[in-house]
Amino acid sequence: MNVSETIKSPPPRIRVDLQQVADLVPPGSRVLDVGCGDGTLLAYLTRFKQVDGRGLELSMAKVRAAVSHGLPVIQGNLETDLKDYPAGAFDYVILSQTLQATLNPRNVMEELLRVGKRAIVSFPNFGHWRVRVSVMFGGRMPVTPMLSDAWFETPNIHLCTVSDFIDLCRLMKVQIEAGFALDTHGQRLGFAATDRRANLFSEQALFVLTRP
Amino acid sequence: MAPDIAPQPAPAPAAQDLKLTLQSPLVLQSGVTLSPVTLAYQTYGTLNAARSNCVLICHALTMDQYVASQHPITGKPGWWGDLVGPGKAIDTERFFVVCANVLGGCMGSTGPKEISPATGKPWGLQFPVITIRDMVQAQAKLLDYLGVDKLFCVTGGSMGAMQVLEWATRYPERVFTAVPIAGSYRHSAQNIAFHEVGRQAIMADPDWSHGNYLAENKIPKRGLAVARMAAHITYLSETALHQKFGRRLQDRETLTYGFDADFQVESYLRHQGYTFVDRFDANSYLYITRAMDYFDLAQENDGILSNAFKGTPVRYCLISFSSDWLFPTEESRAIVRALNAVAANVSFVEVKSDKGHDAFLLDEPEFHQTLQGFIDGSAEICGLPPRQVRGPKS
Repeated sequence: MNVSETIKSPPPRIRVDLQQVADLVPPGSRVLDVGCGDGTLLAYLTRFKQVDGRGLELSMAKVRAAVSHGLPVIQGNLETDLKDYPAGAFDYVILSQTLQATLNPRNVMEELLRVGKRAIVSFPNFGHWRVRVSVMFGGRMPVTPMLSDAWFETPNIHLCTVSDFIDLCRLMKVQIEAGFALDTHGQRLGFAATDRRANLFSEQALFVLTRP
Repeated sequence: MAPDIAPQPAPAPAAQDLKLTLQSPLVLQSGVTLSPVTLAYQTYGTLNAARSNCVLICHALTMDQYVASQHPITGKPGWWGDLVGPGKAIDTERFFVVCANVLGGCMGSTGPKEISPATGKPWGLQFPVITIRDMVQAQAKLLDYLGVDKLFCVTGGSMGAMQVLEWATRYPERVFTAVPIAGSYRHSAQNIAFHEVGRQAIMADPDWSHGNYLAENKIPKRGLAVARMAAHITYLSETALHQKFGRRLQDRETLTYGFDADFQVESYLRHQGYTFVDRFDANSYLYITRAMDYFDLAQENDGILSNAFKGTPVRYCLISFSSDWLFPTEESRAIVRALNAVAANVSFVEVKSDKGHDAFLLDEPEFHQTLQGFIDGSAEICGLPPRQVRGPKS
């Protein structure tokens, strides 16, 4: 899907996982999309939810694509550049499928929740049964639909399970407002990410976090 | 597609030399009162009924108001002719484009070459030192006269970017979008140093006559040419110079063991220097470079740049070029950081180019696409009509 289509043609269809995130954002919010890529989600939120949106993206090529479509996106690194923003600058800060690729996930989480009143975070679940089977019986690092790169070329240096993530939230005294267990495509499963089944059966998880 | 059925682009707008003499004197940043003040300017396109489609273009040090029309002295096309015109990124069919020669300039606006009312002679060094803020203040009065309360966009490269920043911070309520290109919030020590070399070259020319050369019927050609040569090097990247000239010799097979222009690069710079003299005034060069040196948006705000942007409603788009070492990307990034610190609406793109600072004047498709995308996106938000898609009638 290309960004200009989202901007220009009304009935929008964006990737299921992005749609899941978009559905969590109330209209008119102030949103920072961290790792916004070419701005597909941002364009959708701006156009159809009237959000006041900003984007931060590492890849200059993707930034150019987003800005060329009229989106307020800057090139930057989330691990060093979030500190530039004032506290509480946004209603929602979105970090989609990126936390596991950061050098310091805890620090990133702190920054997300400083800059935003709420954070929407999604990540692949390393506790999924397919991952476990792969290590247990294959004896090798898993390559699954969610984790498609071999160990020597994956950007994912801090993978975690849903339970690990919930532990971190508890450790950081972060409140989980909502958690969704998702399949590979980003469709919701029939239970919450905080449900016992999620750690084994969700391919990915999506959380709405806040500081109490 | 056969060329004969391709849609014909509308002809480039003709230059129409316009001038405005301000009704009231201008109180300069230095405290000096300057009167009368005349601005020479060009406009393209038509102001809409809501007066909401005005784009102000601020020119760089040695440019002028001929942004999209033929230059009256050099005969060259407008310096941003690739960007400004019917159907272009700054579409003159949708926008009312204004570009004025800066205060202190030498293409018709009040500057050191014009006649001082007190003496009846050219101002020369009696002309007061002007600043970027003074230039912008004069432009604001021009827009008052044109009936433009709020600019849809103010943009410009290099010194133009300084004026854009001054506009957006001094008159935030009058600016919807600001696009500073290849610029900085202040002149660095290196920038000032290069300007000082240029000024010293001019002042070392005996024909400069302490700034009185016009009254004495002289022109400090050599000094101004050297100033231009030194400055021109800073506009290009090492790669660009190397690719263009390498160590190739000029119209000769071997070295001459003398100080003639053996190398192509020497010949090129001499040409740049000597053609510049025909279209630029040496004293204007002194005054305008000084205005750039004095510009420091952080210092004006207690040393904290983000203070300049507090509560700004302006939508910013910063564009830099990867090989620009005169106004490096880091300068634009510092502005972006300051804008982030107040959670302002900001886009920022570094365009990959090997052409150095000059890239903002050249055909850089990525730059043009970025600018056009930002302008079209902002126009939509501002409620201006979309770009007319040009295509063959089916």
